Amino acid sequence: METQIGCGANQLFKRVGTFLRKCLFRVLSVGEIPNHIAFILDGNRRYARKHNLAVEAGYRAGFVSLLSILKYCSEMGVKHVTIFAFSVDNFKRRPHEVQCVMDLMLEKMEVLLKEENVVKQYGVRICFIGSLKLLSEPIRIAAEKVTKATAKNTRTVIFICMAYSSGNEITHAVQHSCIDKLENHSQARKHAKTHDDVNECVEEHEKEGTTMVKLEDVEKHMCMRVAPDPDIIIRTSGENRLSNFLLWQTDSCVLYAPAALWPEIGLWHLVWAVINFQRYHSYLEKKRKQLILPQEQFFTPTISSDCCKQTLKR
Amino acid sequence: MSFTLQFSLPSRPLIATNTTTLSPIRPVTNLRFKPAPPLSPPSLLIKPPLCASTQQRQLVVSGEDELKSINGAQEENVPLPVGLWRESMPKHVAVIMDGNRRWARLRGLPVDSGYEAGVKSLRAMVELCCKWGIRVLTVFAFSSDNWFRPKMEVEFLMSVLEEGVKEEMESFLRDNVRISVIGDLSKLQKSLVELIMHVEETTKNNTRFQLIVAVSYSGQYDLVQACQRIAMKVKDGVIEPNDVNESLIEQELETNCTEFPYPDLLIRTSGELRVSNFMLWQLAYTELFFAQSLWPDFGEAEFIEALRSFQRRRRSYGG
Repeated sequence: METQIGCGANQLFKRVGTFLRKCLFRVLSVGEIPNHIAFILDGNRRYARKHNLAVEAGYRAGFVSLLSILKYCSEMGVKHVTIFAFSVDNFKRRPHEVQCVMDLMLEKMEVLLKEENVVKQYGVRICFIGSLKLLSEPIRIAAEKVTKATAKNTRTVIFICMAYSSGNEITHAVQHSCIDKLENHSQARKHAKTHDDVNECVEEHEKEGTTMVKLEDVEKHMCMRVAPDPDIIIRTSGENRLSNFLLWQTDSCVLYAPAALWPEIGLWHLVWAVINFQRYHSYLEKKRKQLILPQEQFFTPTISSDCCKQTLKR
Repeated sequence: MSFTLQFSLPSRPLIATNTTTLSPIRPVTNLRFKPAPPLSPPSLLIKPPLCASTQQRQLVVSGEDELKSINGAQEENVPLPVGLWRESMPKHVAVIMDGNRRWARLRGLPVDSGYEAGVKSLRAMVELCCKWGIRVLTVFAFSSDNWFRPKMEVEFLMSVLEEGVKEEMESFLRDNVRISVIGDLSKLQKSLVELIMHVEETTKNNTRFQLIVAVSYSGQYDLVQACQRIAMKVKDGVIEPNDVNESLIEQELETNCTEFPYPDLLIRTSGELRVSNFMLWQLAYTELFFAQSLWPDFGEAEFIEALRSFQRRRRSYGG
């Protein structure tokens, strides 16, 4: 009987909490809600040490925080969320720690596949970004299944960066830009063979820019081209650095580094980040219009390497 | 690039607690240095040299080697401010010098006064870097995006740059300072480009300190131009597409002009929490410090705070 009353009270508190949260988000939505927030989930191990727990417990606590934050973002109306789950550089950590993260990811992906209806209810689409070939086969297969299972959901898109680094992403983009231009140059020379002056024809192609690498050539080969640039990057644990995350994409986004460790992050950190973003938004919009940045042009990429495992269409 | 692992102390909040003041009070620096021993032939300077280890008049000495050894010896003897450790000083500091216009507006002055005050701050910072053994300072003087500012303002900025370089040329040579300029120089006036090339050539063998000035620069521009160079090499058959890797990209970036291309510390003034397309690739593991002070108010005290914050940080590079 007491247990039932306790459960009932809990349910009531949850509903009241949800209602108040939605009221808060309504107030926030008077200003601009960020279209894309990226998170660097820093501090799980320190959290475990702080509470005398095993490292695995720290990562699990981090996962609980992640679910809360994703829920808040979805309720607030944030369309795209990117999570820096595991960096290429994180492979340098102790094997036990790496294995903890991998096991946890696999476990949660399998749960997700079982709870497909719940995910569908929230309208969440999940996409994995990174050098997935560096991950074990079970994880790769699970990631592909999750991506396929959520492909039709449209409310919120979550990009999970695994085995990712900006250095890899940019290198991949540069490499493929060079291949494209080499191909263009070959085409130009083939075309030129039908003319008298080969050099003149090649020069004409160069003037048109088909053989010269431009900004858009590099951008179209970026793994994260499937999403708009982030409006905010939130890194927890007070560390003020990007750690090789979305370097190309963060040219004008707001950086926020609360001192809280990732498992300690709460609603108010998110709210504060959004308020900060809203303060800068009008200035950033003015700059973007001046530069006529192609923020809303999403390409439909072809999968040419392990870097991108899923295409997203408009 | 050398670095030291830092064990973390309680982290400081992202936003520094400095407050913008209308009339900043710069702390008086007590300097205790041995004067440079006179060599032949000495001559007195009118104004203090850029990388002086003393604010008093200093004897100019002839002979490059003697000067370099004197400078080196003086740097080792220069005590650091309290709370700073020599072993943990960053090798390369980058600065986004934000807030000059706001500084002028707050004082009811024209924008030009803000930029002039900013130049003084820069001069002071170069001096501090030299004193404290920082090897490279990169300053974001003019972004690719800044071309959209009012024409008169842009022209004034360019004239400030040109005049500044001309005035300090002698100091650069005397103080063994190397100047490098990175950015898309094709948009600059011919006279300025020629001056830049001249100062780069004249100071290229200087080794004590390097000032890199980013003009008409952006991180994305730097990567695209590196990609263009690599594409040319691929087209000419010098390298294969599969040879393209991070190391190759690093070599083609404009920061290949320095031994330490990756900043250890990036400081942005005026409280803005973003990197604004500065460097990008090179900032992968750079510690970021956002100061509330406007750039003309960013002095020794603020710099010490930034360096202290840097030295408290735990740099794990993903490990």
